[in-house]
Amino acid sequence: MVKLVLRNKEYEVKPGMTLLSALQKINILPESVIATREGEMILDDEILKDGDIVKLIAVISGG
Amino acid sequence: MKCRKCGNKASVNMRQHKLALCKEHYLEWVPEQTERFIKKYEMFKHHEKILVAVSGGKDSLALWDILTRLGYQADGLYLGLGIDGGINYSHESQRLTEKFANEHNLKLHVVDIEKEYGQPIPVLSEISHRGHGKPCAVCGLAKRHEMNRIARDLGYDVLATGHNLDDEAAVLFGNTLSWSSEYLLRQGPVLPASDGLARKVKPLCRFYEREMTAYSLARGVEYIYEECPFAEGSQSIYYKELLNQLETARPGAKLTFYLRFLEARNRGDLFIEKNMERAHLHSCPKCGQPTSTDDLCSFCRMINKVNSMPAAVLGGEDIA
Repeated sequence: MVKLVLRNKEYEVKPGMTLLSALQKINILPESVIATREGEMILDDEILKDGDIVKLIAVISGG
Repeated sequence: MKCRKCGNKASVNMRQHKLALCKEHYLEWVPEQTERFIKKYEMFKHHEKILVAVSGGKDSLALWDILTRLGYQADGLYLGLGIDGGINYSHESQRLTEKFANEHNLKLHVVDIEKEYGQPIPVLSEISHRGHGKPCAVCGLAKRHEMNRIARDLGYDVLATGHNLDDEAAVLFGNTLSWSSEYLLRQGPVLPASDGLARKVKPLCRFYEREMTAYSLARGVEYIYEECPFAEGSQSIYYKELLNQLETARPGAKLTFYLRFLEARNRGDLFIEKNMERAHLHSCPKCGQPTSTDDLCSFCRMINKVNSMPAAVLGGEDIA
């Protein structure tokens, strides 16, 4: 499985899908996050592999 | 996805520009673009002294980093707001700001609101009964006041803030929803200096918030990731989320929204009734209906165009 982590929440998706599909599946707007894997930024078309841990960094701030 | 400049694997994709770049070229592109906007909007020159308002967040630290890389004389100003929120928010943001300043050998002014005015922001808000139970209004007021005071007292030519395009679009969206014409007419990348008020500039106003996050990550800038405890559920965050939904469906929507607004404002098209009077209407020489053009009205031009087409284009039948 692929694990996606946003703040203190964890999500799991099946391997083989793109990052964009994974974000759509877990209902996260691609515009609102930056995805990193092993410290490197990855893009929407990246195919996620079994065992991947993707850290999602929220980009929205303000008040 | 490949970097447009070198063909290596891209790290950042900006759909609104149809531009993907690798980390190295992205880190070159951001300062180049910032310099372009500084010149385009006539924000400041290299000989001027700049005070950068730094909060410890990604945008303001990125701005300080970019201006320094571009060779500007940029000092920092950190305002200690006294917000804890169970996460040591102000303390941590100050620590990260000082760490950045030390690592880059930059000058940082620190003003502690409690030391200056006797109480931290949340208490000032509570006592003054401003802001409907949230300290954000008092916080904004105090920040504007103190930033201007320090810029003026210490002789800086200009005050720079890290507002990005999402910040600007969210403010614009809010002011448009309420048709706050005074605020709309004042919004822009530069607020010129006036009596007692320092010039204020927003060099990052054309970068998406996402791009600033990417810049900070790529540069290894350590910033406070936790949100201000009082920002949760705020209107500006809600507007940003709405605009991001729009952006996902229509790449470039946020940028267009902001840039078209600036263009309209600069042309003087906003909220000026006399423009309506200036637009004199003529009678269409063919149908006699009013039109803003000197010649045929749009409808008659369209009908003329249709009638001038060969019958084959119209489906082979003569429509006459």
